[in-house]
Amino acid sequence: MKNNKLTIMNLAICCLALFTFHVAASNCTAQIAVKGGTVWTMAGPPIANGVVLIKNGKIEAVGPASSVSIPAGYRIINAQVVTPGLIDAHTVVGLNGYLNQPHDQMALDGGASFQPELRAIDAYNAEERLVEWLREFGITTIHTGHQPSALASGQTMIAKTWGKNVDEATMVPTAMVAVTLGSAANAGPGRSPGSRAKQAAMLRAELIKALENSKKTDAGKDLKTEIMLRIIKREIPLLITAHLAQDILTAIRIAKEFNIRVVLDGVSDAHMVLDDIKASGFPVIVHPTMARAGGDTENLSMENASKLRAAGIRVALQSGYEGYVPKTRVVLFEAAMAAGNKRLSPQEAMSMITIDAARILGIDNRVGSLEKGKDADIAMYDGDPFEFTTHCTGTIINGRLVSEVVR
Amino acid sequence: MKQLYLCALAVLVLACPLLGQSRPTAFVNARIIPVVGQPIEQGILLVQDGKIKAVGDARTVRLSADVQTFDLAGKTIMPGLVDSHSHVGSGSGADASAPIQPDVRLLDGINARAASLQRAQAGGITTVNVMPGSGHLDSGQTLYLKLRDNAVKIDDLLIFGKDGSYAGGIKFANGTNPIRAGGGSFPGTRAKSAALVREQFIKAQEYRDKIKKAGKDATKLPARDLAMEALVDVLEHRRVVHFHTHRHDDILTALRLQKEFGFRIVLQHVSEAWKVADEIAKAKAPASIIFIDSPGGKLETTDISFINGAALEKAGALVGFHTDDGITDSRWFLRSGGLAVRAGMSRDKALYALTMANAIMLDLQDRVGSLETGKDADFIVLSGDPLSVYTHVLETWVEGKKVFDRSDPKDYLIAVGGKGASDGEGAEHIHCFDGDIGENE
Repeated sequence: MKNNKLTIMNLAICCLALFTFHVAASNCTAQIAVKGGTVWTMAGPPIANGVVLIKNGKIEAVGPASSVSIPAGYRIINAQVVTPGLIDAHTVVGLNGYLNQPHDQMALDGGASFQPELRAIDAYNAEERLVEWLREFGITTIHTGHQPSALASGQTMIAKTWGKNVDEATMVPTAMVAVTLGSAANAGPGRSPGSRAKQAAMLRAELIKALENSKKTDAGKDLKTEIMLRIIKREIPLLITAHLAQDILTAIRIAKEFNIRVVLDGVSDAHMVLDDIKASGFPVIVHPTMARAGGDTENLSMENASKLRAAGIRVALQSGYEGYVPKTRVVLFEAAMAAGNKRLSPQEAMSMITIDAARILGIDNRVGSLEKGKDADIAMYDGDPFEFTTHCTGTIINGRLVSEVVR
Repeated sequence: MKQLYLCALAVLVLACPLLGQSRPTAFVNARIIPVVGQPIEQGILLVQDGKIKAVGDARTVRLSADVQTFDLAGKTIMPGLVDSHSHVGSGSGADASAPIQPDVRLLDGINARAASLQRAQAGGITTVNVMPGSGHLDSGQTLYLKLRDNAVKIDDLLIFGKDGSYAGGIKFANGTNPIRAGGGSFPGTRAKSAALVREQFIKAQEYRDKIKKAGKDATKLPARDLAMEALVDVLEHRRVVHFHTHRHDDILTALRLQKEFGFRIVLQHVSEAWKVADEIAKAKAPASIIFIDSPGGKLETTDISFINGAALEKAGALVGFHTDDGITDSRWFLRSGGLAVRAGMSRDKALYALTMANAIMLDLQDRVGSLETGKDADFIVLSGDPLSVYTHVLETWVEGKKVFDRSDPKDYLIAVGGKGASDGEGAEHIHCFDGDIGENE
């Protein structure tokens, strides 16, 4: 009996390598050469028999094996398919944890409906198991923060999925301010906002206040004013989650009124207002391909991403916010379903979780593609990354082999 | 008079194709995965009157002159998928009045026209066990449905046995979902949960004994009690217990109760199955598992793993998969097979777990779950390998009738979503992996 149990444990630990003890041994940044049967650089067509050289945490060279020679002393890692480290363009992982208990759900403070001053870095848990979970599927960068459940729930941040604490992990401490329009933004019985029109009125009032403050020299130094000034000055965008067509249009209307930057998020009805989104010039972080339809998301389509792309709109995919299970989606799986639907090529689907996500997040100078000088963030697979039966075999972040788990 | 005859004749001729498929239909040149038996290249599936007449190839299947032929070269045919645990149809079961309500039937609270049923057809599901939620120790009787087309009432989807009864099981649950702090008659602990269930089964045994003792003397029969009648059905193996359970100790508790009362059980969810796979196999308890994209969501599912399928297979247990729709969408049910194989399960057993294993769990193995002569003509046409992300369900057939066709714009809308694809229910209508949201909160 006991032996049988051990066999099961072996199955879990050895064959499928749920846990691996190699990681600790390979924590140092070394000079690494990643050899891939196919290397998707996302800066050009895939390279057959490619090599990525890594030195001091950065990409030193990328190209076919015939033209990139591996210097002596480089550790060689082989993979069937190599891609840039994946980017989840919108999640709440790290603020919300896998237990789903009050003590690990920190992406929403229910005390007030408009709290743009809440910083994500003050809540981010770099050691959260869901961060590790994503890392093991090749996701190396996440745009995470306060959840879309209040008019303004707080700030977002950009982090690498490696680092022993928030300071080590953080790329951008304040990326955007999370605003929600629609049913999810209502504050509950007897409190405001309680309607769509009230949401818009409250958001406009806050922006008017910020605009007035921006003209004063002595605007004071309260936290809310500080962050709202950064919005008005176009230093950072609002991340506006809106699903119904009228909510998307409200977001665009308000953005125009105040000449602020906006990243549209969710946008289940995008396929109904493509022209308006295109005219706004705003990029879109579209809902997960496998998101559930119902309520504000009743019209969502797994073809939204492809339709937005076809309209010439920049699109990234997200794992989004889940109140229950899966406590986080895996953006690789969501891109896979988009590719599987075949309105997008695998290359296009991959761009939504790599280079286009990086562009929307303003971090494409560092991540999102395999190019010389960029951060050495790499995901490795034993086949087509999108196939259900393919495994992620390793993840490199900042030139460090941070996962060898076979997922 | 002559005109009347002509008219009647015309009606007969027109009606003929509607009267089942008296003309045989052959689906030819496809790769056929019968699930029971080896895959057949260039296969032939012969269907007549809603039943499978033959499965084979040109050497083994003779086609009559009047056969209607569909050329499916390059396509794959496999049995219609069987989902052993779902909440499609927006059904409801027990209310908040008591933790054990065997008398409540999902039959009396399900919407046969819900969009979720169409989504299941789009996912290739042809037979489904629709259950009430898990916020009770027993939330009522479940329904096994055939996802026939154009249902106007639930009767159109029922599966009837030879005795005229409709097929279904009963839902039980343990772990944290039925536990309600200060919940009146509801349990506050796991041990109390078990005690309450045992108490009811002992009552049911006594009720059954009274009936047996009365024999043919109607005056000695106990007063009718709908709850007791349902539990007697369970004790007499006329109704299978679908037991929602997650943590390893809860799984063992479910098996302990099963052993004490001898009822037939299907373990549902079984999130920590990999920890007690040998015990599950030894108890000969079928396990219906689910694939969730990340662990957690609640404390008792923190150790859920993609390896459950492989671990149970290795231990020799009967493994099926389920959607728990809306926890996972019926349209991606085939994906469960892919994720199982990703974590080490064999392809054959993964395909079996999507079809035949579930049919066995629902006592429908003589009618569905595989492509075998004499079984219901429930099958799906796929664009490629069943476990590839690039494969689409092109057609779904139930009892020889096409119920989903991806090339039909209306059906395509259901398959990919968009305006008009949903009836607005769904996103927040989550029952079972969790407690009954709304009732508990």
